[in-house]
Amino acid sequence: MANIPEDLRYSEEHEWLRPAGDQVTIGITDHAQNQMGDIVFIELPEVGDEITRGEAFGTVESTKAVSELFAPISGRIVEINDTLVDAPEAINEDPYGDGWMVRIEPTDLSDLDEMMTSEAYQELVESED
Amino acid sequence: MAETKEMRRTPLHGRHLSARARMVEFADHELPAHYSGVMDEHAAVRERVGVFDVSHMGEIALEGKGAPEAADLLVSNRLASLENGRACYTGVLTEQGTFVDDVIAYRINDERVLLCVNAVNREKVLAHVKANAPGSIEVRDESDDWAQVAVQGPGAVALVDNLASETTLTSLKRFRFTETKVAGATAMVARTGYTGEDGFELFCSSDDATSLWDAITEVGAIPCGLGARDTLRLEAGLALYGNDIDEEHSPLEAGMGWTVKLDKGDFIGRDALVRQKEGGVARRLVGFELIARGVPRNGMAILDESGRTVGKVTSGTMSPTLKKPIGMAYVPSSLSEPGTPIRVDIRGRPAEAKVVAMPFYKR
Repeated sequence: MANIPEDLRYSEEHEWLRPAGDQVTIGITDHAQNQMGDIVFIELPEVGDEITRGEAFGTVESTKAVSELFAPISGRIVEINDTLVDAPEAINEDPYGDGWMVRIEPTDLSDLDEMMTSEAYQELVESED
Repeated sequence: MAETKEMRRTPLHGRHLSARARMVEFADHELPAHYSGVMDEHAAVRERVGVFDVSHMGEIALEGKGAPEAADLLVSNRLASLENGRACYTGVLTEQGTFVDDVIAYRINDERVLLCVNAVNREKVLAHVKANAPGSIEVRDESDDWAQVAVQGPGAVALVDNLASETTLTSLKRFRFTETKVAGATAMVARTGYTGEDGFELFCSSDDATSLWDAITEVGAIPCGLGARDTLRLEAGLALYGNDIDEEHSPLEAGMGWTVKLDKGDFIGRDALVRQKEGGVARRLVGFELIARGVPRNGMAILDESGRTVGKVTSGTMSPTLKKPIGMAYVPSSLSEPGTPIRVDIRGRPAEAKVVAMPFYKR
């Protein structure tokens, strides 16, 4: 059973978003990491880069497959999780904690309201199983 | 909905499901990609013991007087001078000298040879052998009768030996095999593998597969899937049919000249290989390491230093043991020396790499 914390918002591309003040932290969900299998490589944008909703901002690779990361909302990168470069397995081990990927300043904080609640995301995951 | 196709299942299918393996389609078979995870399973084989269900592999028997000599007309390596109870790795080649398949040929006795073939090539090899074997030789597809389990890793030999009360298997040498009882099941036990570790491949009746599997896993072998099988064989520099070798490439190009016995007499593909040897091989399968960050994948282009496409990646992965990106590729012979700088086109980015000697990992 996938772990889907209630206090987060979710995208259809299986990312989670955690708002704090005027910033939002983004990672991939437990369901996503489980589907991908062991993650061995990640490519992230740089601090200061602008990311645009619906466009790729990085890649995650498991032992077998490459997946693009699509920006759930637009904004500017204020911090990236550098430790993932050498330890991408943190995404498998702790997707909502040590496996966080980027922190952004959203162009429009209200874009978050369009993201799924945990209940809606739970339904999406179940519909895929 | 995608079109559904009837998938073949191995006798161990139920075991994979109850172990909650992630199942995938491979060569018309439903097989476990992984159980706990590729990295864990890979490490289990490198450090302890892993067990693989390889029952999807095909088994084609040649039977009759002079079966080893008949097989020698169909393979590049030599069976006629092998003792009974020995096996060899060999190509089955086209007239053009390229791979119909790569197989392990087991010389059971003077009147029986068993070819262990890739699942994806089962029907093709069967037709090829039937079309080209002398009329006095009976050719049979025994694939459905056999289950096959590979026990691999530093603890594998002791583990299987403990389950074989009638025979001492520890003294069985590489590429030799013997028939004995393992955990009560009659098995052909071969000291072979596809992981770069020591171990055995066990052929048993499909009816005995689950009891043998249970006995092996109960004493601590970790079930491993196709994902780990692929990363292990790549680290060990072993080719995978369909990726690294195929009907476009010859054993000389693939660095398997040692499996080609041009002096043994005629075999299918020999003339083409003689010509290729005389003329020189234009391209070679090499190992490479990525110096830049990234993961090379099958199908990516190899570029020379000026940015020109000169070859293609055939296999690639992030090596779980070496913790670096590695791969195999065909490159022009002029770029095949270890140390030669090359580049891999990773989604438009020319990533720095260098040719290295294989295997990447040696136990």
